[in-house]
Amino acid sequence: MNVMSKDVDSALTEKISVRDLKFFYGSSLALKSISMPLYERQVTSFIGPSGCGKSTLLRVLNRMYDLYPNQRAEGEVMFDGENILNPRQDLNLLRSRIGMVFQKPTPFPMSIYENIAFGVRLYERLPKSDIDARVESALEKAALWKEVKDKLHSSGLSLSGGQQQRLCIARTVAIRPEVILFDEPCSALDPISTARIEELIDELKNEFTIAIVTHNMQQAARVSQKTAFMYLGELVEFGDTKKLFTNPTDTRTQDYITGRFG
Amino acid sequence: MNEHTVKSYEDELKLLDRRIAQMGGYAEKLLVQAMDALERRDPNLAETAVSSDAMLDQLEREVQDQVILMIARRQPLANDLRHIMTVLKVAGDLERIGDLAKNIAKRALAVASETYPKPLMTGMRHMTEMVQAQLRDVLDALATFDADKAMKVWLSDEQVDAMYNSLFRELLTYMMEDPRNIGLCTHFLFGAKNIERIGDHTTNIAENIHYLVHGVPIADDRPKGDRTSSTLITPRE
Repeated sequence: MNVMSKDVDSALTEKISVRDLKFFYGSSLALKSISMPLYERQVTSFIGPSGCGKSTLLRVLNRMYDLYPNQRAEGEVMFDGENILNPRQDLNLLRSRIGMVFQKPTPFPMSIYENIAFGVRLYERLPKSDIDARVESALEKAALWKEVKDKLHSSGLSLSGGQQQRLCIARTVAIRPEVILFDEPCSALDPISTARIEELIDELKNEFTIAIVTHNMQQAARVSQKTAFMYLGELVEFGDTKKLFTNPTDTRTQDYITGRFG
Repeated sequence: MNEHTVKSYEDELKLLDRRIAQMGGYAEKLLVQAMDALERRDPNLAETAVSSDAMLDQLEREVQDQVILMIARRQPLANDLRHIMTVLKVAGDLERIGDLAKNIAKRALAVASETYPKPLMTGMRHMTEMVQAQLRDVLDALATFDADKAMKVWLSDEQVDAMYNSLFRELLTYMMEDPRNIGLCTHFLFGAKNIERIGDHTTNIAENIHYLVHGVPIADDRPKGDRTSSTLITPRE
């Protein structure tokens, strides 16, 4: 059963409400009736062993699974009052409002500038000066501007791994989404680049609602205000990060975060 | 409880527990030696007590080093984190208990050639026995993660405070009766205060056990009975 903490969450607004969500890969059930909120301008981290369903859940939140046959979701994911699982949901619009950053940096094989401008042009017709401003502000927000401002027209692929990841974050931010999903954003990065991304996530939370999947427990403890622990497709515990990492309610959570699993 | 996947982590935690048990043993012994030395006016025993305090200091340093290393290496969380932090704090309390007992032993050396009124020693002995029981129980509670037992210790310290109040008054009375008692009684007063402080350290340990087991601090304020800070007895003309 879900253990929801009875904290003072009344001050927080639910940006996304997942309700009784089930997810199927073919006939196998990967998410078993998940219900939980993502609070506005908070970082929610998802932890749990491989195969627990945390990435699956993230992929439901922007309907990424639609790209694959035989995958389907049941239940509700309410986003500003609308169920995004609705088949009539405009997926392009949805993905512009809920951006995603992946495990491996995936810059397009084009210039740093174009990597960002490309996405913006997909959604908006803007004069060049506005696009320039958008590129600059996105790179600023991704804490990359200083490092690349003199080489905006060199290839995105010429950047280091950590810079590439920040470029991907800039690309996501440039679309002006409301929610950003991070799927293991630091697992391919060195500790310094990881620290930069964590610092960035902390900044971004002032403007965006953030969900992050991570295998690094300390990272979850550092960057998030809320944490969800998932196991075998089930949401075992959801609550304040502070509480979950010092005094979890469920023994499975405790066993997992202290390294006592199986 | 399940064991850690990483066996060396488990071993490190067990080693910490062993160190704390050792420290507890030394602290108990030191208190007994110090009080026996005082009661029997035995300078040799007092010397033994003074020198064995070094062992406690050494063990505390070992606990500290290991805890720091474990935090760096394991990044402990949840009950492990509470466990490690509790051990660190308890080691500090036990080290202080050792210092206070050592101080009693030093006073035993200072007053070894004096003769003291019998009822005075009876009161000291009684109070010490109460504190010894608290120390023993709280160390048991720690070894067995028994928060209820720790809670009993926490509550029982009020009686030690009451005992200390009456000893305090008694000592003041002796001093007023005959100024030649002042030197001896001052040493006894500090000795009694030390025992009372040891009782307070056992309640600290009890509070930490509660936190370790339940993950939250004890909600209430401990009933405190030490009123000597505001006690004044003026001699009648």
